[in-house]
Amino acid sequence: MKNNKERQLKISILRFDPHIKGDKPRMESYEIEEAPGMTLFIALNDIRQHHDASLKFDFVCRAGICGSCAMIINGKPDLACRTLTKKLPAEITLAPLPVFELIGDLSVFTGNWMRGLNERLEAWVHEQEEIDFNRLEQRMEPELADEIYELDRCIECGCCVAGCGTIQMREEFVGAVGLNKIARYQLDPRDKRTDRDYYELIGDEDGVFGCMTLLGCEDVCPKDLPLQSKIAYLRRKMLEIGLKSDTHSC
Amino acid sequence: MRQDREHKSVAAYLCGYISHMPARLDLLQSVTGLILALFIAAHLLFEASILISKEAMYAVTKLFEGYYFFGEAYPGIISFLAAAISVIFILHALTAIRKFPSSYRQYRLFMSHMHRFQHGDTTLWFYQAVTGFMMFFLGSVHLYMMMTVPSNIGPYASADRIYSDWLWPLYLLLLISVILHAAIGIYRLTLKWGFFEGKAGGKSKTIKQKHQKMKKIMFATAFVYMSISVMSLGTYMLIGYQHSDNAGERYHTQNESQAKTEPLSPNKVK
Repeated sequence: MKNNKERQLKISILRFDPHIKGDKPRMESYEIEEAPGMTLFIALNDIRQHHDASLKFDFVCRAGICGSCAMIINGKPDLACRTLTKKLPAEITLAPLPVFELIGDLSVFTGNWMRGLNERLEAWVHEQEEIDFNRLEQRMEPELADEIYELDRCIECGCCVAGCGTIQMREEFVGAVGLNKIARYQLDPRDKRTDRDYYELIGDEDGVFGCMTLLGCEDVCPKDLPLQSKIAYLRRKMLEIGLKSDTHSC
Repeated sequence: MRQDREHKSVAAYLCGYISHMPARLDLLQSVTGLILALFIAAHLLFEASILISKEAMYAVTKLFEGYYFFGEAYPGIISFLAAAISVIFILHALTAIRKFPSSYRQYRLFMSHMHRFQHGDTTLWFYQAVTGFMMFFLGSVHLYMMMTVPSNIGPYASADRIYSDWLWPLYLLLLISVILHAAIGIYRLTLKWGFFEGKAGGKSKTIKQKHQKMKKIMFATAFVYMSISVMSLGTYMLIGYQHSDNAGERYHTQNESQAKTEPLSPNKVK
């Protein structure tokens, strides 16, 4: 049943598949009718079903948990599954996230980028002793556990990377996602790494001192992580190490 | 920590220590920026004393020449101050230039990101970079003049310099760039180091509200300073215009005229 009150949406998508020989980046527009409660996820499926079956985009959870549907929506990075079309103008422009490897159209390979980052930052708990699975885990204050959990909510969607002006210019920059991880492990008492160890990982201009405080990361984070204040916290911590005399000037 | 880390740089292997320079350069940039911003905040207010009266501006000039401390005016103090500010200015430029795009490619990437993103704080950074770049030149001219001709300050001396010596275009541009740069800089500085944020924890929402509040304060301060400074520049222009036939002649305070003593200005012969 058609409802005359619904808007006609014009969705323009940056189409390009680097794996197809001779394919060139181009904008393609599709007109669809808006439905109540429509998200971009639904709109894109509508396009794929009724207009162009070759359109590539990623979705898994449809609930803002998996982070695979991040894309540039009218210039701003966000999760397509969480974006209601009624909050957007009738003309919507979609593009894939920059920085990451393009698979095709709106689909990007955030996974290998994030894996590289995790390896580079050694984003796992570094324990000194072997874990004895027969022993109870060490207790933790609930407040601390909450604080760690707050940062652990990162879904690695890549929005903060796409919203970071620094990383557009300097690809080696770890970005908010990386710094947030360090902040998370730095808080964790089970991780035996010292601040000096973290300084080795992020104590340079590819790390925390490269951040130009453009706030893009925090403003686009779909999980509302306190990214900027965590970066500020790490900056203070890393400065403490940098001011110690046993560091070197080379 | 694993010892077989692959990404350790050659330099790190060679010296066996971690470099403290990135941390110290970052601190230096922030500290020099803070000093310069505080200096400018005071400078613009002192300069705006012309809005009160010529007498008030004259008193401020003499204050900084040390007249009220030593009983005699020493413009050399201004030279010394200008030299000190120049050193801080150069250190700030040196450390801040690390953040500039270093190639056309980087510039283009940033610009397309900025245009696409339409994000206030990202765009503000661009303004900061542009105004910073402008001040490499505008600020240098001004500082050099204050270092070499420090006695050329006063209700008539400054007005003549601005109007008859054609420095007003430079000062107008310098004024706009310095206020924008300092205001945005202080705002970014508070966020960068997390001042006023309290403990490391805290929910994103309340912190974001604080950011917004700080941004408002920043814009309001910049607006107030811009208004005061443009008005005082206008006043100097007006005085300079009225005084243009006698350009070069110095201001004499009413007290001096009444007492019929020698004028205070050491450059009266100029």
